[in-house]
Amino acid sequence: MGRTVTGVDSSDEGPPGDPHGWLPPDEPVSLLDPDGSYHEDPEHPLDLDDEQLRELYRLMVVTRKVDREAINLQRQGQLGVYASCLGQEAAQVASAYALGADDWIFPSYRELGAALVRQVDAAGLLHLYRGTWLSDHDPYAHNFALMSIPIGTQALHATGFAMGAKLDGASIVTLTYYGDGGTSEGDPHEAMTFAGVNDAPVVFFVQNNQYAISVPLDRQTAAPTLAHKAIGYGMPGLRCDGNDVLGTYAVTRRAVERARRGEGPAFIEAMTYRMEAHTTSDDPTRYRTKEEREEAAKTDPIARMKNFLTARDLYDDELEREIDEQAQELATYVRDGIYDADHGDPMELFEHVYVEPEGHFEDQAAQLRAELDSAGEGS
Amino acid sequence: MAVTLAQAINQALKDAMSDDERVLMFGEDVGRLGGVFRVTDGLQEMFGEGRCYDTPLAESGIVGTAIGLAMYGYRPIAEMQFDGFTYPAFEQIVSHLAKMPNRSRGTVKLPVTIRIPYGGGIGAVEHHSESPESYWVHTQGLKVLTPGTPEDGYSMMRAAISSDDPVVFLEPKRRYWMKSDVELPVETEPATQAVVRREGTDASLFCYGPMVRTALEAADAAADEGWYLEVVDLRSLAPLDTPAILASVQRTGRAIVVHEASRTLGMGAEVAARIQEGAFYHLEAPVLRATGFDTPYPPAKLEEYWLPDVDRILDCLERSLSY
Repeated sequence: MGRTVTGVDSSDEGPPGDPHGWLPPDEPVSLLDPDGSYHEDPEHPLDLDDEQLRELYRLMVVTRKVDREAINLQRQGQLGVYASCLGQEAAQVASAYALGADDWIFPSYRELGAALVRQVDAAGLLHLYRGTWLSDHDPYAHNFALMSIPIGTQALHATGFAMGAKLDGASIVTLTYYGDGGTSEGDPHEAMTFAGVNDAPVVFFVQNNQYAISVPLDRQTAAPTLAHKAIGYGMPGLRCDGNDVLGTYAVTRRAVERARRGEGPAFIEAMTYRMEAHTTSDDPTRYRTKEEREEAAKTDPIARMKNFLTARDLYDDELEREIDEQAQELATYVRDGIYDADHGDPMELFEHVYVEPEGHFEDQAAQLRAELDSAGEGS
Repeated sequence: MAVTLAQAINQALKDAMSDDERVLMFGEDVGRLGGVFRVTDGLQEMFGEGRCYDTPLAESGIVGTAIGLAMYGYRPIAEMQFDGFTYPAFEQIVSHLAKMPNRSRGTVKLPVTIRIPYGGGIGAVEHHSESPESYWVHTQGLKVLTPGTPEDGYSMMRAAISSDDPVVFLEPKRRYWMKSDVELPVETEPATQAVVRREGTDASLFCYGPMVRTALEAADAAADEGWYLEVVDLRSLAPLDTPAILASVQRTGRAIVVHEASRTLGMGAEVAARIQEGAFYHLEAPVLRATGFDTPYPPAKLEEYWLPDVDRILDCLERSLSY
């Protein structure tokens, strides 16, 4: 029998040379084929009820709709730039859905799907891309940290937070997102080192979408898979089909619960494909072919889940209408919130730099105040 | 009771950790060893491995996890073992520690203190004697404090830990063994204020950290020649106590800035700019700078030629008086 899963559970043992069973399986865990046919995996039983299955589907559809709206807004000059998650809906929705309400997410800048699971205000998120401010949500209201642009740096914040939770005796797990390119940076390396040494309850969730802007995976690593790196930090390296919402959910769930039991961090490599450009400023025709993208489109995460639900009699026209309406409603809300949205009072530039500003820039604030007054602007 | 700067900082750490269980101390070799300068001596014993712990040898990891711990609600104190080894943490300090409170519109507070032994004069090998303060001062969102006396070592460290803003706390390592006769705890002037260490009438010496003692020695030497120098210990490099600087120049009419760091874009440049903007008509002479040279920090056998000392300060005084 081929090894399908590694040492996620404390009882698991691996073969000689991998005593903990931390090396990744030969194939990514997959429960749903691209055509939607489901195959059971005794190591990953489906612990979701019908409502939850529909919910996962709904979240993916809504994510895609809002993502499209954001691209449209950028095309209309309403956003400076936008990083689409088209094609990565399952990886994001499933992994975020596998967390408990008290658990924390530390995203990069592409995690619209995870944010929507956490009910973060989608219009608020896009203010970063519109440039009205650098964020517009309270991380503590959603246990969802601010989007982080410097690649992989947030992995350390997730690790520190998890170390704090452990020290505090709280039952909190953190999950951080980064990409295949991010695995080459130093901070995720240091984060996994710290997490391993401290048995921190953190899950490193890598969406391997095959490209870091234009650079393909084989220019990022010579490792057999990204998940192989995990054993070097003393944690299991897991892999899943990131376009399979059920497989991704199951793998993440096990990693999260393992961390919650105090058995330490885990690394997940979710295999997916970035269907859109890196950002709206990018031109992917310069580095990948139409054929390649068409091939990837056949593995679409939403289509296969729809087939699965249909086969189980969980999908009908009424559900479709209901979900489409919800998606349209949120897209409209985002459009209304972003379109022509103004920046706040320019004096806010000085407001949050310090909790206690002590003569850092009093004269400069006065200067801007005077400039605003002479221009007849400001409040 | 005679207390060294290192002992004073150590006591401040102990008292802060006793007063507030959210205060954590971590870094390389700070646990069992007590730090390479013994500044964290005894902390692990007193507070356990949960609150004073050794980290992997990775400075970005130290600061990045400090940010996560602070987001959780702790008040982390992170030690960078030496000035020259802070650079791996540069991105976490500049892009996140300093910016995240602003980025979050004030919803995220990061009460993190980063302790950095800095400066030269101890005959150390390369990368162990640097003065990187301009990097931190130029990074908006940080407070940058540096004590020049054991009393300030205690009091300013307590202030740094209590601050809800991130603080880079620069410890003048050549003065770790400098003693004061003082009973701890002690509370000195507010940490972001400059302090006049010696009053004078002929010229102002603006100094901080390791150069406070040097400037006082220069003032002693000048007094023998009949010149009375005012010695102003800046203490806080960000924010900079501009009113105190201007007030001193208004009294003396001459200004010399003293620091170990290289001259170009060092603190002297900023102090000089503020003086000429705010006290132009009080100046009898250009603002001069007694500093390290614009060369990399020298090998140990040459550092006496590189570091500013009493002679370099008095040379500046002579030039200033010649106008």
